[in-house]
Amino acid sequence: MPALLDVRDLTIGLGLARPVLDNISFSVERGETLALVGESGSGKTLSCRAILQILPKIARIQSGTITLNSPGKPALDLCGLEPRAMRAIRGDRISMIFQEPMQSLSPLHTLGDQVTEVLYLHRAMGRADAQAAVLREFAHVGFADPERAFRAYPFEMSGGMRQRAMIAMAMVAKPDLLIADEPTTALDVTTQAQVLGLIKSLQVETGMAVIFVTHDLGVVANIADKVVVLRRGRVMEAGKAADVLGRPAHGYTRALLAATPASPSTEVLEPDAASGDAILELHSVSKTYRLRARAAWGSPALVAACRNIDLSVPRGKTLAIVGESGSGKTTCARMVLGAERPDPGGAILFRATPGGDPVDIHAMSPAERVTFRTQLQAVFQDPYSSFNPRMSVGDALAEPMEINNIGQRAERRDRAIQMLRQVGLDASAMNRFPHAFSGGQRQRLSIARALMMDPMFLVCDEPTSALDVSIQGHILALLEDLQDQRGLSYLFISHDLAVVARIADEVAVMRGGIVVEQARPSVLFNHPVHPYTRALIAARPDADVARKIDLKVVAQGAGDPEGWPEAFRISASQVPPLQMVQPGHRVRCHV
Amino acid sequence: MTLILRYVAFRFGTMLLTLLVVSALVFAIINLPPGDYLSNQINELQSTGQEAGVAKAQFMRHEYALDRPLWQQYLIWTGFAPGPHGYSGLIQGDFGWSFEFEKPVTEIVGDTLWLTVMVNLAAVLFVYAVALPLGILAAARSKTWVDYTATFVGYLGHATPNFLLALVLFYYGHRYLNLPIGGLMSPDYEGEPMSLDKLWSILLHLIVPTFVIGTAGAAGMMQRLRANLLDELDKPYVETATAKGLTPTRTLLKYPLRAAFNPFVADIGNLLPALISGSVLVSVVLGLQTIGPVLLAALKSQDQFLAGFILLFVAFLTLVGTMVSDVLLVLLDPRIRYGARGK
Repeated sequence: MPALLDVRDLTIGLGLARPVLDNISFSVERGETLALVGESGSGKTLSCRAILQILPKIARIQSGTITLNSPGKPALDLCGLEPRAMRAIRGDRISMIFQEPMQSLSPLHTLGDQVTEVLYLHRAMGRADAQAAVLREFAHVGFADPERAFRAYPFEMSGGMRQRAMIAMAMVAKPDLLIADEPTTALDVTTQAQVLGLIKSLQVETGMAVIFVTHDLGVVANIADKVVVLRRGRVMEAGKAADVLGRPAHGYTRALLAATPASPSTEVLEPDAASGDAILELHSVSKTYRLRARAAWGSPALVAACRNIDLSVPRGKTLAIVGESGSGKTTCARMVLGAERPDPGGAILFRATPGGDPVDIHAMSPAERVTFRTQLQAVFQDPYSSFNPRMSVGDALAEPMEINNIGQRAERRDRAIQMLRQVGLDASAMNRFPHAFSGGQRQRLSIARALMMDPMFLVCDEPTSALDVSIQGHILALLEDLQDQRGLSYLFISHDLAVVARIADEVAVMRGGIVVEQARPSVLFNHPVHPYTRALIAARPDADVARKIDLKVVAQGAGDPEGWPEAFRISASQVPPLQMVQPGHRVRCHV
Repeated sequence: MTLILRYVAFRFGTMLLTLLVVSALVFAIINLPPGDYLSNQINELQSTGQEAGVAKAQFMRHEYALDRPLWQQYLIWTGFAPGPHGYSGLIQGDFGWSFEFEKPVTEIVGDTLWLTVMVNLAAVLFVYAVALPLGILAAARSKTWVDYTATFVGYLGHATPNFLLALVLFYYGHRYLNLPIGGLMSPDYEGEPMSLDKLWSILLHLIVPTFVIGTAGAAGMMQRLRANLLDELDKPYVETATAKGLTPTRTLLKYPLRAAFNPFVADIGNLLPALISGSVLVSVVLGLQTIGPVLLAALKSQDQFLAGFILLFVAFLTLVGTMVSDVLLVLLDPRIRYGARGK
């Protein structure tokens, strides 16, 4: 029996340039999951869009066939299909879910409206039947209250719930093939684990085939039966997931595997002699936001983004704050940068010289503020939007010195070139514009810009989240080198424990604005105590088919804090204290 | 639904407050130049020695309380305080006396007011009727001859002076289509009660003015709709809709158009005042009995009750337009409806 979908020698070009997909072949059977793996620009997204024939306008299929063999129906070559016949296949026999669950759903239509549409299109169902079918599907994908979800708009839902709605939309017509284009990349690890589990269980039930596009080998290990590794439009390696991940034959696959961050080894390092010299200290810092009231005469709602945070960053070390979106980690970073003011009663102290007098970041004299701003700099998450596209790299780098009236033009230029070299770029970058650089190079540029003022402290807000895995490693290595050479101290914000494990000396795990566990990374990884930390670690997909995600641990720790075991439970009225369970290991629990 | 009704009530309340503030501003601005219509007249009469007229003018000044301090005049004009000898005020429906035309304001404005509203409403409808399909077409077929032609015609409409367009259209409209020239109805029907024939005459007379007043607005609106739609067409949710198997046309009409609709609707509020003030010159050229020419005359001669009433009326139309567009936006866009719920 032929494979459900068979892609043969597919070549796609954009305009007249070299083909972006070059002779790609793969196939997927019923009930099987195929993972297309590659970094950005590898052509993985293009090849899955080619199956549905939703390519960008300039893309042309130059050769190849895409054959669909639905059971009980004649084989079809999707490449030559006329638009009307293709539309009948989309959403019915082949459906697709996308990366950004917010932007992939229309904000102006209810979830129910957008999902029932599929049934109106392909099943000619009446209103009541369609609605009942959608409600069943909503319950199926894990909505506790399907009726409410049916009436809800996407922006009323969290990212994970929106992705569930997308999955419901893709599943409601019971397709033969589901194409998932990086469906979990924009989600928190714990949510990702749950969504992966959902796709897997739906597949087991319906026997559909899945094509899963991802850049994360950990995800591949957890979901795929077969793997195709793509690079620059060519297949590097293909085979069974266990073989490709366990015994990679191609150098590129090995390089990808090596770049995947691994859990720290079990050895527990000797704790550093506590120097007692903290460059930055947060003392019972809280931040409460006032939300605008529902009506002009109502009272505003209060939201606690951070509650009683006590942290300190030793000089020359890295403190990492880890948590999901909404955990308050970015609010912390913004308060340290001086962009937000903490609630009265908290203080953020900065000590410029060892043993010197600390200054309160939010109670500085104007003169102190000027020097402080040169001593503390930031590297942001999105290297695409943190540069002005109309300013050359040279100008962008010189700007901090210009604003502070430091040096002459030539001096600024020399320093900019010096900093470019330091981050591994050369002087020719000076006259180019940000769009000419890749994501990784741009992140290097933004580090170079942060270094221009010769700071002693960097706040890094998810500096690697927008980058491919292999590039992530380079940027982390660069940050480590710079720390060694210049004695920099870092406050490192991330949602990814694995990234943090590599670079941090100390990790604070946050959930709902509260620090729940704090320790050195090796301790945290090997002896996690708090259920949320355990969920974070369990949810992280490992690039090893033998070690799959334990969904039970994830579900327990990532759920509602009121559902945590008695000793850890956080309720509106009661927050357990942060206890020292071992030297250097603190957990929020009742003993 | 109750949420929306409450919003409408709230919005209506703020509208009344705004109208109050506007009335004060209008009154203050009209009274900025020294003197008033009557004191100017008295001065003129005295210098030419016509004492009889002076007494009459003095009497009028007293009747309409123009000899009192400004703040009292304002209260009397708006109707919050009683005026002398039964002159009540706006709230009571007494709009005052026009000294220039020597008639009550109601009589002068009466029909003209409704004709003005009619001409401008016709223009607004024209703007939307033209801009909606052309804007969608231009966006859906962007960078093709359809788009370029629509844009070119739009710019032409934008760039041609309205009165010139009016004259050209009158000439050719009359010559080839036998359309009437000038006025809002044929003279036979003026002052006659409304009848089917009169209505038909008005409709025929409306064609050219509507076209002239609406072209520029339609051109701008079309370009805005096109730009907004083009932004939306690249959004991922359009791809989702395509992947569901929706046809391109239905996709466009259901998703991106809906998202691009906000500015389109929000423009209702801005369109009305722009059209009314823009149509003053056109009305003069076309000989339309709209309120524009009357306002011009009243402002020139400081005929304060007449000018004040017209300005207030235009402000009222604007506020109603804004309110209508605000309420429509709330109905159309759940993000605005639930905006206050927080994230």
